[in-house]
Amino acid sequence: MTDEETPTSRTTGTINVKRGLAEMLKGGVIMDVVTPEQAKIAEDAGAVAVMALERVPADIRVDGGVARMSDPEMIEGIKATVTIPVMAKARIGHFVEAQILESLGVDYVDESEVLTPADEKHHIDKWAFTVPFVCGATNLGEALRRISEGACMIRSKGEAGTGNVVQAVRHLRTILGDIKKIGQADSAEIFDWAKQLQAPVSLVQEIAETGKLPVPMFCAGGLATPADAALVMQLGAEAVFVGSGIFKSENPEPRAKAIVEATTNFNNPEILAKVSRGLGGPMTGIGMDELNIKLEDRGW
Amino acid sequence: MGVLALQGAFESHIRILNSLGIEAIAIRDPESLDSVSGLVIPGGESTAISMLLESNQLRKPLEERLSDGMPVFGTCAGMIMLSTEILDGREDQTPLAAIDITVKRNAFGRQIDSFESQLDIKGFTYPFPSIFIRAPIVESVGESVNVLAKLDDQIVLCGNETTLVASFHPELSNDLRIHELFVSMTI
Repeated sequence: MTDEETPTSRTTGTINVKRGLAEMLKGGVIMDVVTPEQAKIAEDAGAVAVMALERVPADIRVDGGVARMSDPEMIEGIKATVTIPVMAKARIGHFVEAQILESLGVDYVDESEVLTPADEKHHIDKWAFTVPFVCGATNLGEALRRISEGACMIRSKGEAGTGNVVQAVRHLRTILGDIKKIGQADSAEIFDWAKQLQAPVSLVQEIAETGKLPVPMFCAGGLATPADAALVMQLGAEAVFVGSGIFKSENPEPRAKAIVEATTNFNNPEILAKVSRGLGGPMTGIGMDELNIKLEDRGW
Repeated sequence: MGVLALQGAFESHIRILNSLGIEAIAIRDPESLDSVSGLVIPGGESTAISMLLESNQLRKPLEERLSDGMPVFGTCAGMIMLSTEILDGREDQTPLAAIDITVKRNAFGRQIDSFESQLDIKGFTYPFPSIFIRAPIVESVGESVNVLAKLDDQIVLCGNETTLVASFHPELSNDLRIHELFVSMTI
């Protein structure tokens, strides 16, 4: 060992490394998959990552009961099939599920309201992990609380498993609207904003200075068509999650590819028209007044 | 200058180029590619960017510009795309062959193995803060390639007359030196 140089020091799990992966996913589509075969379809269609889970939100809705972290065997099967990043969901507050997912080597953990919460008061302390976390938010205060707990990516929650984009739009507009207002606030008003949002003053000050969240802001929950993806991108989302919308549709392969192309070309109606053609039926979808469970109310 | 904006960290590159006083535009179609004299291919997912290059009808015009000697800078996924050979890539992933290198994807492991390091670079007086995210490495280089930095024994920054490629993400560090180096190649 005498003539070997000391290896260069490497630091894992830093904010730059965790937020950096989210930066790399920008402009892309992250797709929910429940089998290695679906994961392959997603990768072939140009997904930037897959979310490995046992049931898509639409089925979780129908089945009811307690929804938990997926079987490690199933996550490993998906990891072995694709070269793109693999994400997986842990229940809100269930830090042991998160520890298990980290030990499996998943690339991002989603502390998700789609699963049944394990703790009614506490989210996971995400700083304690090397693996980065994404969390959902319906408003800016929620987003900043998750960031203060260590989340490195925020996704607007929308209402998962509905095929209805209305809540995704509501949450995105709420979060981005408040960011704009904070940009106009004077230094005294920043403190009131922090109080109203129940969020750390330092994060509110950072938003006032930069005009954006300190982490990438993606959109999820109810997206079903290429036009839905382009809509939320035009509203200011930096990437999209599509759950039930792809594999609950009539013809998943072309729809997945079309949503990828629409997310890149979100500002180009001609391309959007072209990719929206002949995709077969989208998932049926549910109106908000037909819902018996609102997943977005989980988490605080 | 253009930054390929199909997917990935293109905004970070645009911001850095702007801070160097360079006008940079997002490239998503062949017309805007025609209008630039140099190109950055950002980090992102190389499989997705490769697919979108085809669907946005950019692949052929880009290959033509590259063979005409347009200066190009690729980081991470961009490096993979500019290589000559990709080990353990997808079968349908054909690189652009702007620089004679063989790359290996995700060479350091998964996200939990992603890291930061201080990198010694040829010609730089102090180390560069480098961020490696599910990073590729250069397995081998041809004679035309100038190796600029190694992390331990692995090549992570290299170039030829018109091409610069990095395994890591200078666009995420607050250090402009590697972008300055590329800009100097375009003059």
